[in-house]
Amino acid sequence: MSETESHPALALEGELNIYGAAENKLRILEFLSRAKEAPALDLSGVTEVDTAGLQLLILAQREAESMGTSLRLLDPSASVLDVLQLCNLTTRFDVSGALECNP
Amino acid sequence: MNLDNAQQTFIEESRELLAAMEDALLTLETTPSDADAINAVFRAMHTIKGAAGLFGLDHIVGFTHVAESLMDRVRDGEIAVDDTLIALLLGCRDHISSMMDAVDAGEESTSEDMLTTGMGLVASLEVYLGHPSEDGDATESPSAPSGSHTPAPTTDATGVENVTWHVSVRFDQELLRNGFDPLSFVRYLGTLGDLVHVEVIADAMPSGEEMDAEACYLGFEMRLAGDLTKGDIEDAFEFVQSDCTLRILPPNSQLGAYLDLIQDLPEDTVRLGEILVACGTLTERELEEGLRIQAGGAGASEEMSDDQPIQPLGEILVEREVVQQELVDAALDKQRRTRDAKTREARVIRVDAAKLDELINLVGELVIAGSAAETLARRSRNRTLVEANTTIGGLVESIRDSALRLRMVEIGETFNRFRRVVRDVSQELGKDIDLVITGAETELDKSVVEKIGDPLMHLVRNAMDHGLESTERRIKAGKPAKGTLRLNAYHESGSIVIEIADDGGGLDRARILAKAQERGLVQPGQSLNDHEIDNLIFEPGFSTAEQVTNLSGRGVGMDVVRRNIDALRGIISLDSNPGQGTRVTIRLPLTLAIIDGFLVGVGEGAYIIPLDCVVECMKCDPAETRCQDYINLRGQVLPFLRLRDLFGIEGSPPRRQNIVVIQYAGQRVGLVVDHLLGEFQTVIKPLGRLLDHLRGLFGGSTILGGGEVAMILDVQELIRIAVQRDAGAHAETAASNQTDLV
Repeated sequence: MSETESHPALALEGELNIYGAAENKLRILEFLSRAKEAPALDLSGVTEVDTAGLQLLILAQREAESMGTSLRLLDPSASVLDVLQLCNLTTRFDVSGALECNP
Repeated sequence: MNLDNAQQTFIEESRELLAAMEDALLTLETTPSDADAINAVFRAMHTIKGAAGLFGLDHIVGFTHVAESLMDRVRDGEIAVDDTLIALLLGCRDHISSMMDAVDAGEESTSEDMLTTGMGLVASLEVYLGHPSEDGDATESPSAPSGSHTPAPTTDATGVENVTWHVSVRFDQELLRNGFDPLSFVRYLGTLGDLVHVEVIADAMPSGEEMDAEACYLGFEMRLAGDLTKGDIEDAFEFVQSDCTLRILPPNSQLGAYLDLIQDLPEDTVRLGEILVACGTLTERELEEGLRIQAGGAGASEEMSDDQPIQPLGEILVEREVVQQELVDAALDKQRRTRDAKTREARVIRVDAAKLDELINLVGELVIAGSAAETLARRSRNRTLVEANTTIGGLVESIRDSALRLRMVEIGETFNRFRRVVRDVSQELGKDIDLVITGAETELDKSVVEKIGDPLMHLVRNAMDHGLESTERRIKAGKPAKGTLRLNAYHESGSIVIEIADDGGGLDRARILAKAQERGLVQPGQSLNDHEIDNLIFEPGFSTAEQVTNLSGRGVGMDVVRRNIDALRGIISLDSNPGQGTRVTIRLPLTLAIIDGFLVGVGEGAYIIPLDCVVECMKCDPAETRCQDYINLRGQVLPFLRLRDLFGIEGSPPRRQNIVVIQYAGQRVGLVVDHLLGEFQTVIKPLGRLLDHLRGLFGGSTILGGGEVAMILDVQELIRIAVQRDAGAHAETAASNQTDLV
């Protein structure tokens, strides 16, 4: 987990799927409750995303919105981008570093 | 979810699909425009492709994809079905089947041979598809380019102007826990056609703490372009059919259908309208128009307040659009049929054969233990105990019957395998042969079915190769040019009878006799009747070498067939009429495990005769039987065997003996026994190797209630002994009689 004062970011790594969904959800909610401003999820290390993982991303964004802020996805890995593109969600999320990664 | 088990199921189901595909292709050969058959072939390819994708079997996906694309075009009437195409598709079927075998055997890589075969087939398929294969890469999707192949937009004014399918799906919350990933279905749809737009619907997801990270809350609204049928899309969700709500709107659906969809979905109407517009399924103008028509329709047909366009509006639209109603009916009908098919499927349970065998074994032991208890009860002379035991005995008998019935399968499946064989062989031989199957629903024990396949195959090939004449010869003989091969099965007194009959030239007796003499099977000068000559072909080492082809006549001929049948306690016989054909009849016991027996006593020992073979019992009149081996049974000559003599039992017989008349395969023989001991449920224990020398007289042994061993008489063999002896004594009369009959 790498966090700085100005850009709080939670790094999610490895498989973002059903197996770790419950744990990741707690981490995300806990992170959002602490990060007051411009929270971000660092997704550069995510190797796999399934429906459960996607749900968590949507949940995170929705929670952030309800707190009056917006969530950024930092440097999402290819597998994250793949899912976001498949579901036409790239525009719904504030994705940073996506364009560079996306050929 | 255990992937291995799932894969096993996949392989089994694929084999069933391939069998259905073969059937369908053979149907197409006679009726090339049979839509059901075309669909069946398509479905097989399509389902196998989809399922193979789930297991990451990319080579199967790639191959089936090309075949599927081809069938898709056939379905659309773009490509006509002809013999070459059928042959090609049969080749594809075989190739997929061998790929399945490889998967089943756990082979990781594809062998060179198989790759070459696959490439060859793909190349031929591509020729039909109208574009040569560039690099052998079959995985690209020729059937679903986004623009060119989609159906032309309809001119119907009320139709919504788009040429894409709209797929709306909501998943059960448990789906993720069940091991499915909805995203994979979306991805799969993307391989079927072109996913124009996907909208994720997360409205059902609660916020924050309430959200269960392992539940599935997402739904999808998708627009899918491509040459697809509703079935294709439904099939993509086949594995989660019961765990999702799927709605599919065909291209150019009536506006009302979309409005219906909006109303059916759990989300708020306005939000859904937005979603459909977002998907591009509807334009804003269309949505507005739809809502306007809705409101107007509601106002016109029912006195509803105009400012509150709610619930039944879509229905009213449907009522107004008569065509639409028919569509809905058709859809409902289809749904009902799918549901019926599903319930039928649910009524069948796959059970491991080993478990069934175990059950049968246990039932066997139960039968033995039951008879022991009954014997003891009878000895105790305790009437209530005897009664209780009789009840139990009855129940055990029912359990035995039901348990054995579990193993019964219809022979039709085995017979159907020959349709392909007959087709291939008749082409190879250049003969026109029709296969007629009757009695396919006749049931017999699964273990028998498995073992009968090879002998039957041999007989069928033999009949086609040697039995049926060439077309020219047939025409010359004044017969129809098309030869007929009949497979028939029926039940008869505890046996199943399987007949393989052809309307060919019959056996060439002169040549068989000459061959037999040459091989030393028959001594020169020995006179044989026609029946005996016919049966010479079952002798070991007999093969009419002049007829060797690559089909049959490899020297391992009919004697092997007979040995196989013998091993099943069966009997094979042959009936041939020169110029009219040959019929081979196989009689097999229905089951190999337990029989109803008739217990008889000879000397100190007890013996069992299968009850199915017992015709009647009578007193043995010493005056009549003293000096001859046959009696007069109501005007018929009945040869008999004295079991005492046959088994070499010492001592003097009791004063009153009995004759048990047994019958098998139409022949009757009497057995002289000392005592009749009644019916007995018999669990057949095979004879061990040590008792090999007893084979021929006994078919097995069993254990009686008191623990004694009783031998089971081999009725077939006893009849043969009696008839042979009888024939020996009356050889001349018999021979002349037989010739008269023929």
